[in-house]
Amino acid sequence: MQTHQYDVVIVGAGGAGMRAALEASGEVRTAVISKLYPTRSHTGAAQGGMCAALANVEEDNWEWHTFDTVKGGDYLVDQDAAEIMAKEAIDAVLDLERMGLPFNRTPEGKIDQRRFGGHTRNHGEAAVRRSCYAADRTGHMILQTLYQNCVKQDVEFFNEFYVLDLIVDHDLSAGHVPDGEEVNATGVVAYDLATGEIHIFQAKAIIFATGGAGKIYKTTSNAHTLTGDGMALALRRGFPLEDMEFFQFHPTGLAGLGILLSEAARGEGGILRNGDGERFMERYAPTIKDLAPRDIVARSMANEVREGRGAGPNKDYVLLDLTHLEPAHIDAKLPDITEFARTYLGIEPYTEPVPVYPTAHYAMGGIPTNVDAEVLRNNTDVVRGLYAAGEVACVSVHGSNRLGTNSLLDINVFGKRAGRTAAAYAKTATFRDLPEDAADSVIATLDEMRGRPNGERVSDIRRELQETMDANAQVFRTEDSLRTCLADIRTLQDRYKNVSVQDKGRLFNTDLLEALELGFLLDIAEVVVIGALNRKESRGGHFREDFPDRDDEKFMLHTMAYRRPLDDSATVESVDGTEGVFSEQSVFDTYKVMLGGKSVVQTRYEPMERKY
Amino acid sequence: MTATIDEAPASAVPEIPSFEVTLKVRRYSPESEHGEEAYWDEFTVTAHGTDRVLDALHKIKWEHDGSVTFRRSCAHGICGSDAMRINGRNRLACKTLLKDVNPDKPILVEPIKGLPVIKDLVVDMEPFFASYREIMPFLITTGNQPSGERRQSAEQRERFDDTTKCILCAACTSSCPVFWTDGQYFGPAAIVNAHRFIFDSRDEGAEQRLEILNDKEGVWRCRTTFNCTEACPRGIEVTKAIQEVKRAMITRAF
Repeated sequence: MQTHQYDVVIVGAGGAGMRAALEASGEVRTAVISKLYPTRSHTGAAQGGMCAALANVEEDNWEWHTFDTVKGGDYLVDQDAAEIMAKEAIDAVLDLERMGLPFNRTPEGKIDQRRFGGHTRNHGEAAVRRSCYAADRTGHMILQTLYQNCVKQDVEFFNEFYVLDLIVDHDLSAGHVPDGEEVNATGVVAYDLATGEIHIFQAKAIIFATGGAGKIYKTTSNAHTLTGDGMALALRRGFPLEDMEFFQFHPTGLAGLGILLSEAARGEGGILRNGDGERFMERYAPTIKDLAPRDIVARSMANEVREGRGAGPNKDYVLLDLTHLEPAHIDAKLPDITEFARTYLGIEPYTEPVPVYPTAHYAMGGIPTNVDAEVLRNNTDVVRGLYAAGEVACVSVHGSNRLGTNSLLDINVFGKRAGRTAAAYAKTATFRDLPEDAADSVIATLDEMRGRPNGERVSDIRRELQETMDANAQVFRTEDSLRTCLADIRTLQDRYKNVSVQDKGRLFNTDLLEALELGFLLDIAEVVVIGALNRKESRGGHFREDFPDRDDEKFMLHTMAYRRPLDDSATVESVDGTEGVFSEQSVFDTYKVMLGGKSVVQTRYEPMERKY
Repeated sequence: MTATIDEAPASAVPEIPSFEVTLKVRRYSPESEHGEEAYWDEFTVTAHGTDRVLDALHKIKWEHDGSVTFRRSCAHGICGSDAMRINGRNRLACKTLLKDVNPDKPILVEPIKGLPVIKDLVVDMEPFFASYREIMPFLITTGNQPSGERRQSAEQRERFDDTTKCILCAACTSSCPVFWTDGQYFGPAAIVNAHRFIFDSRDEGAEQRLEILNDKEGVWRCRTTFNCTEACPRGIEVTKAIQEVKRAMITRAF
């Protein structure tokens, strides 16, 4: 076992983690711990762009961007956070340009901008050119540029280290800690994949930037490594997760495979057609049609298919038609995604429409933070020394449905903020003693899992989890489907206790890590489904067929899911006048999941009906 | 049950029937009974029409032998984790369809060459990244930051477009015979990333990078065998980029 001491420890080396590192590492002793080499992070898979009201190609301003973000999120967005993001977007883009990001350019040599779903001129009049982009590999260029600048700044990385526990001085999962009492994050326990050795990192400030959890679903655009690690670690330590029932399904995954085809395809003029060749989005969103927000497009597509208007031999997908675009235009603006269609489906997008179907893409929810990226442990108290940014966090700028491009923006704006606040805090804080047994539970878990001679296979449990999530907690949900799903998860959680790995070695044991990741997935899926059961309304990415309307009276609230010991009699905080709404509780084994509510911050915009 | 599609949409391409495929995987597992000896292991799995080599490897790991070890993440050719030698050619396992590598015969899967093997298909990437870091892979500018964005014409941007595609998978570098015999050579990937900045109109560090690459282990070691260009899963014209860097070194025009 090795121990390390850093002022700031950043967990995760995607966009948010590296953006934070660029801020913190110049100020204080900083380490970045990442389960992958930084350039392997899934930020690199983002394609379409990053919105900012630069107004380089047409009139635009940050207030319109704020409005679009709030409306796109079906008014569950915290409007103060959205305003910060839209304002700071402009500097975030300029920061990246100055760091060297090769944006596409206008004829005048400025950063070019293009249309993207849900981004409009003057509060919904028409689509606006707001997305700054580098062909259809904007995320790749952001990841590369941030890594390049980390190299320049000599940022210290611990690559292929898996953080398996968060050390806190008050364990909220063990018993009640009164509101207002100080809780400090003091370190993390990590596992070095190459050697199997345990490392303890003592830190004054810890930033979680571990990304999403798309692998709870079978059909997903997410990497194999997106298993909700950071979210699950926080949950297990008794910290809440916010709005986890809101999961985004990206409309255009390659049918059957889930591989992402950017919304930029529609931003550049691509059209969705059903099996009859009809441009069906004209019926669902008459004004902005194919560029409606993702939740609406995904639902419309799924609806076409279930009403028998799908395409293909089984009528189980729709078509993304680019055939009316000039091949030269496609090559210049969408080279990667057209290659995906060729490589994986053998389809030539110049001449044939591409089969697409919604794919699980993005967790709107996550670890609750304030606008300075400080993690909340209830509706008001921050955990001292703990920060989160990017998909793992919930600020909440995405509300119940994230607009395309706002994730690349989120990681840059709030990654930067996290790095700054964490470094500033670390300068004033002192190291806190870690308990002697800080790594014991991790070591015990690893030994037990490695030692179990035989038992359940990781891949069986994971596949069954992903299948039930796809079948029962996807674009359309009902009480029945969600109850079925929760029961399935319970069964799988029981089976997980007997999971075993074949690789018993210490060196580069990915078999063992897949088993641990499966534990995270089960924890996250459980919270997603319980949140979805409780939210008896339809809003943004969460659609309940048994409650098809938005219900602001009861549900204009963020869900806060907590894991608590069974004998903990304390209640979790709810919001005045909402008593009884967040009543869903679920007991498993030694803990229960309790739901609380948190107010939505509304500043400029009154909730309205969402029409496009 | 909802009206949700119960099964994921079926494969979209004309159906290719399932088939049996055999993979011969090069293994190295110092903790096993094989010790320091590398060996071959053979697995036969059932594959579907659009399955890739990565799918077959997952099937092996998930259903046959959990100890078979390889890196992977995004599974669609953008993260660069799973470069490996497939039937003697460097490819990304996630971008190589089984049906395209003659599944009638056993498919040979080995780690990429020239980097120390840690376990099975996993190699130590540190030497590779060390070369990358050495060529100063970041924008170098002098003077004050501009108030807004730096201007760059579409043509200037186009000049280095090809080399911005690099995902640092090491398929090119580890296909290079010079790199195999001389681990000190910077290798194609590092030169590609130098190219990306040397030809960026905003950058002012070209002279320094060219000096570094003028080293005896620099660009002049390239023997133009085009292995790198053939290996690049992103379609970068690697050899051409290296030639352009060589020319810039002579002409000092970039």
